[in-house]
Amino acid sequence: MSTETNQGYSAAAEVGNVRARRTFADRAWRELKKAPLTAWFGMIVILMYFIIAVFAPLLAPYEESQVFEVPYAPAVYEDGWDPRFFFGTDQLGRDMLTRLIYGARNTIGIAVATTLLAFFIGGGLGILASIQRGWFDQLISRAVDVLMAIPSLIFALMLLSVFGSTILNLIIIIAVLDSTRVFRLTRAVALNVVVMDYVEAARLRGEGLGWVMRREILPNIMPPLVAEFGLRFCFVFLTIASLSFLGVGVQPPTADWGSMVRENATLITYGSFTPLLPAGAIALLTVAVNFVVDWFLHKTSGLRDEH
Amino acid sequence: MNTNSKPRNGGGRTKGELLLEMRDICIDGFSDDQWHEIVKGVDVTLHRGEILGVIGESGAGKSTLGLAAMGFAKPGCRISSGTVVFDGMDLMAASEAERRKLRGSRIAYVAQSAAASFNPAHQLINQVTEATVRHGIRPREDAEQDAKELFAALQLPDPENIGYRFPHQVSGGQLQRAMTAMAMSSRPDLIIFDEPTTALDVTTQVEVLAAMRDIVDQFHTAAIYITHDLAVVAQMADKIKVLRYGNTVEEADTRVMLKEPKETYTKTLWAVRSLYKEEDSSEDIILRVHDVDASYGGVVKVLENVTIQVPRGRTVAVVGESGSGKSTTARVITGLLPPMKGEVYFNGEPLPKALKDRSKTQLQKIQMIYQMADTAMNPRHTVRDIIGRPLEFYLGLSGAARDRKVVELLDMIELTEEFIDRLPNELSGGQKQRICIARALAAEPEFIICDEVTSALDQIVQEGILKLLLRLQKELNLTYLFITHDIATVEAISDEIVVMFQGGVIEQGMKSDILHPPFEPYTNLLLSSVPQMDPDWLDNLLDKREKEGGMTSSGN
Repeated sequence: MSTETNQGYSAAAEVGNVRARRTFADRAWRELKKAPLTAWFGMIVILMYFIIAVFAPLLAPYEESQVFEVPYAPAVYEDGWDPRFFFGTDQLGRDMLTRLIYGARNTIGIAVATTLLAFFIGGGLGILASIQRGWFDQLISRAVDVLMAIPSLIFALMLLSVFGSTILNLIIIIAVLDSTRVFRLTRAVALNVVVMDYVEAARLRGEGLGWVMRREILPNIMPPLVAEFGLRFCFVFLTIASLSFLGVGVQPPTADWGSMVRENATLITYGSFTPLLPAGAIALLTVAVNFVVDWFLHKTSGLRDEH
Repeated sequence: MNTNSKPRNGGGRTKGELLLEMRDICIDGFSDDQWHEIVKGVDVTLHRGEILGVIGESGAGKSTLGLAAMGFAKPGCRISSGTVVFDGMDLMAASEAERRKLRGSRIAYVAQSAAASFNPAHQLINQVTEATVRHGIRPREDAEQDAKELFAALQLPDPENIGYRFPHQVSGGQLQRAMTAMAMSSRPDLIIFDEPTTALDVTTQVEVLAAMRDIVDQFHTAAIYITHDLAVVAQMADKIKVLRYGNTVEEADTRVMLKEPKETYTKTLWAVRSLYKEEDSSEDIILRVHDVDASYGGVVKVLENVTIQVPRGRTVAVVGESGSGKSTTARVITGLLPPMKGEVYFNGEPLPKALKDRSKTQLQKIQMIYQMADTAMNPRHTVRDIIGRPLEFYLGLSGAARDRKVVELLDMIELTEEFIDRLPNELSGGQKQRICIARALAAEPEFIICDEVTSALDQIVQEGILKLLLRLQKELNLTYLFITHDIATVEAISDEIVVMFQGGVIEQGMKSDILHPPFEPYTNLLLSSVPQMDPDWLDNLLDKREKEGGMTSSGN
């Protein structure tokens, strides 16, 4: 028989053993306060880009493709600033500042859409492959291997010249090519989650594939995916800029930083810094995103400083 | 063992001489942005040839104290005050270089998980002798020869060659013994054993315990033996120290401590193992596993001709060592592993073999509770999601009706409403397992498979969970299939017992029939290997086995 000397343990004591729970906002703020300066810098820069992209029509002094009579107007004349064109004009006489502001909207918008699509394709297939295993996993994984074996910039160039350089094609082609890397990452991290008992418990409950993917696996692989999203965004951004620079990316008259660099590249020989502005805008955003991603990775990967 | 392999630095060892003295040890741990005291002023005195058993629940500070005996604190911990004097040398005052010189040569450590402590890329013998060779205690050939002798003394099979295998090529019990050999290789004065047999089957545990005790005895080594298993510590230790919340509760000689524990807390620890359920038979069969064969990948049969009957409203315990097919049987019943041959009948109806062919009602009626509550709950779901999902999924409840039912279930498992928005990592081990039980109950099942549900918990928490399960069985007329390797748990909860060995059922019967003579030979081996709270149990058992010869464990 069981003896009733049970002072050592009781459910009531266990109930009393409650840790104070912080709200999400509270926890987020605590983390932010501990964030290093670089992360703060990155977040502020990204926020500014975001505001500029959203409110472009309000911020820009002129229309996106409004042409003036002074092409190649430098930003600084010998007798001072031109009050009309803060950063000068480009080869057709369009205001550089306006183009830069609209460029933020177009280039960032396209890059975000492409990255999201890449994650949707790669992430979805990755989780699916980790659940199904077997021939499905083999098929997708080998197909991805084949895609990755071809240098992606050259492959994208080829596809774009076959299908034509519309913005939709650009987004789809870069998304598909970049989804291969997302697929590999997602599959690798999801494989570790799929073997957990709670996934088995969900299957035993009779849950469908969609639930297991979305509710059981996805939340647990978010940290590496979010970090990858930041990095992938940078690469997509650079790929689009490179393609535009090569002339198969975003087509004129749409303002885009990559093509702006190409169109004004000759100005460098005259000592003007105009073509450096869009290049700098690209560089600054890339650096800022990387700062934030670094901080996030450091926080979630367990690479903590030991006390 | 040869006499010429006597320890070089052990010439002057005499039993009973003072070896280790720890005074007023305080250790802090860092969590939630601040330092917390984990060990609060504990004294330890150890003489040569003496084994001190340290017991307590998880979080009592046992392991931290064990490491402090080497003057070491884990990352995230610091020894804030106190002195550690080892053989006349103050470890706290010594430099890190001086302490390093002691570790692996004069003080050795045997960790809980040998599998995680060996480097998978190197042969065993290199790792076993590494510290000895690096400390220059003896040259490599000499050390390797000695390691082989140690392997023989620890009864490892093929001691001449086993050292040339890699860690994954030997079993868990063998690896644990290799780790003991590693600790003994330098003939240290002090060995710290941190739960060295917790991960082993009872049948293997007996062999490892006997080997460790012999070798410690032979070289007058002092040892600190950390465990939460009272029966094990009763075999090994000369003295027992009970820790709780970083404080010493009680310390006494083993025999005294077992016979007449003074403190209430110690008494409750002792009482847990005496939970017993009156058995009750029933003719109404709810689940029948009939002549099932199963395999993974169709190559090796892991189950062969398994037939089990489970009566309604009763508990059937499935016992056996790891690899005996207990969990595989559960996978066949749940449909995760479709059998190659045979049927599973539930309420008289054959169940479809594969999970995807079963109806929602069939799934609903059979629920499962897992061993590791940590991994059985999605860390990103709150208690509301975890318990609420089966309600939503099977019963179609949502919104306020669902939440009301969740609170009702929380109440049933003796937790309150305030737990509803918690995440699993904000719960203690016992609380987690309770939530898992609530999740199973939420589906309103008739049959619950409990896969080692208490083995990851402290004994006192185990008792609470077992009592809860018994109460729920009475209230809801539940049927349990209880997979376990712990005989005390079997006594506490079961009506009938199924003994499994190497994928087959040895016997099934009422608890009283199985646990009392006449025994099947394997049942006898299994039962006799379960440590008893009697300090002479191991000696008697080994004597008896030597006389009878007979069967030994399968894995080794």
